[in-house]
Amino acid sequence: MNTADAPPLLQGDDLSRYYRVSRGIFKSGATVRALDGVSFSVRARQTLAVVGESGCGKSTLARLITMIEPPTSGTLHLDGTNIAALTKSQRPPARRAIQMIFQNPFGSLNPRKKIGTIIAEPLVINAQLSKPERDDRVAWMMTKVGLRPDHYDRYPHMFSGGQRQRIAIARALILQPKLVVCDEPVSALDVSIQAQVLNLLLELQDEFGLAYIFISHDLSVVRHIADEVMVMYLGRAVEQGPRNQVFSAHRHPYTRALLASTPHLDPAARRQRIALKGELPSPLNPPSGCAFHTRCPYAIDICRQQRPQLVDKQDRLAVACHRADELAAEFS
Amino acid sequence: MLEIEDLTVEFGSAANPFRAVDSVSFGLDEGEIVGIVGESGSGKSVTALAVMGLVDYPGKVTARRIDFAGNDLRSMSKRQRRAIIGKDIAMIFQEPMTSLNPCFTVGFQIIEALRIHTGGTRHSRRERAEELLAQVGISDPGTRLSNFPHQLSGGMNQRVMIAMAIACNPRLLIADEPTTALDVTIQAQIMELLIDLQRRHAMALMLITHDLAVVAEVAQRVIIMYAGQVVETGPVPEIFQSPRHPYTAALLDALPERAKAHATLATIPGVVPGPFDRPQGCLLSPRCRFATPQCSAAQPALSGAPTRMVRCHTPLGLDGLPA
Repeated sequence: MNTADAPPLLQGDDLSRYYRVSRGIFKSGATVRALDGVSFSVRARQTLAVVGESGCGKSTLARLITMIEPPTSGTLHLDGTNIAALTKSQRPPARRAIQMIFQNPFGSLNPRKKIGTIIAEPLVINAQLSKPERDDRVAWMMTKVGLRPDHYDRYPHMFSGGQRQRIAIARALILQPKLVVCDEPVSALDVSIQAQVLNLLLELQDEFGLAYIFISHDLSVVRHIADEVMVMYLGRAVEQGPRNQVFSAHRHPYTRALLASTPHLDPAARRQRIALKGELPSPLNPPSGCAFHTRCPYAIDICRQQRPQLVDKQDRLAVACHRADELAAEFS
Repeated sequence: MLEIEDLTVEFGSAANPFRAVDSVSFGLDEGEIVGIVGESGSGKSVTALAVMGLVDYPGKVTARRIDFAGNDLRSMSKRQRRAIIGKDIAMIFQEPMTSLNPCFTVGFQIIEALRIHTGGTRHSRRERAEELLAQVGISDPGTRLSNFPHQLSGGMNQRVMIAMAIACNPRLLIADEPTTALDVTIQAQIMELLIDLQRRHAMALMLITHDLAVVAEVAQRVIIMYAGQVVETGPVPEIFQSPRHPYTAALLDALPERAKAHATLATIPGVVPGPFDRPQGCLLSPRCRFATPQCSAAQPALSGAPTRMVRCHTPLGLDGLPA
């Protein structure tokens, strides 16, 4: 299946989202650049993984894609239409095409509703179907995600974490979307359950031709499920490209540090630790130049003064680092 | 140093008790790192709480032996016990944000442990608290001492928890999922810090986690728990290379790291049994792909050499199949 030449299903260009925050009555307000000039594209049947530490802008990106918030600037094209510029009445069709699965299945399902009602709710709002038709669709979707249709009348508390995530997946897929944003869908689950849910996501992708935006901080999961990977730091993409390139031929020290921080079962797979000192700087007062220079072991003078742009290297790998070419040799 | 024999923790009514921990036995030597691994509901945290004496009513702890450095923790008075817990045995809890008291500064909370266990003057205690914060890698410890937990990030609060736990140079540190809520880069920093402290003070470390990869990198010995029972114990390299219990093998197979990209992952059907659906015989039998009629009839005992024990009627051989 060669999907590399197909036109992208969703394409984001130079997306930014700024927030104004007040800092008390004696100081002037400040701007937080939660997302700053991010571009990406994802095709049908493909998975784009977005990785980075908390505070890097992953969730802001998810909110823009699902149209919960409009971008401050930039465009977002779904099948050729800029969904960032739609009027209120034009939005529903685009919203139907993009759905979301949340991190915590214990918080994302209403405990007072039967699971059948939860899964049917998007149909009530978005489709003109009679009640029996809806029930048929729900029963069909429940079997697709591995739930028993006769559990229609049960409540969320009667299900385990893995089954609840299946309910959330059924709710997201009932409108037959083209793109699903998965925000850490397996990080709240146990290892054996995590495998079940990952398998289900891959099966459903194949069957319905879905595109996934997969937000995660677990790199072993990302390596398993992703086709393309985007590594983010403080609201910007620092490295993006095909999965194998990012995992094996990366050039950005931050990608390197993330990979080296991930524990491995296999002693041979362990890399030398890059000791990353400190934590993510405050987005209210981001460092000058390259945002990563405060923690980067390879930082030189130019990194403190000039912000590196995302530059295409070989094999569709794009890197934002002044020393990318020198480091390529060192990392390989 | 720590010897536990037949530790059982029961919740619920006397007529219908639920065994959260079911006759668990293990020991820990000085300077050793032992990983306790299991899914949620496997009883790993309750085991740690029982050692610390933190299981509250209606939980009931029974054991043949809980000895620490030759002292029987069960028979000593509450006062004697308090002199050991928090000083010689310390614990780091899972969620730093909820384990620290939001109403007091982190300095106060660290100094409280020092005041109770080591004494000294107000001045010397404050100096020691600053030294501890510097030791766990917090910059500008002097001013950080007067911060409240909400002013610090999750990683910083976890460091404060560690500083509190190591304040009195414990001989045994129990870490219950110390890095679960944190980012990978911070997780790596915290693990490095724990191991560094463990080496410098020849401290024993009991690492409770669900992350097999962390255990593989850090621990010397591992104890795998399932539904309150120990199902397999042994040295880390052996367990990860040739697991003998089907549950251990299935857990390892379910990890994406061991699979090819986009390939179907091996799964364990079903879920960990709860209080009301405990199966007869081997607790894993309904989920085990090698289960025989014998497995659903009789519960297997933990058997084998003391260094490598397994609870299975038909333990797996080197080829990953029952012998």
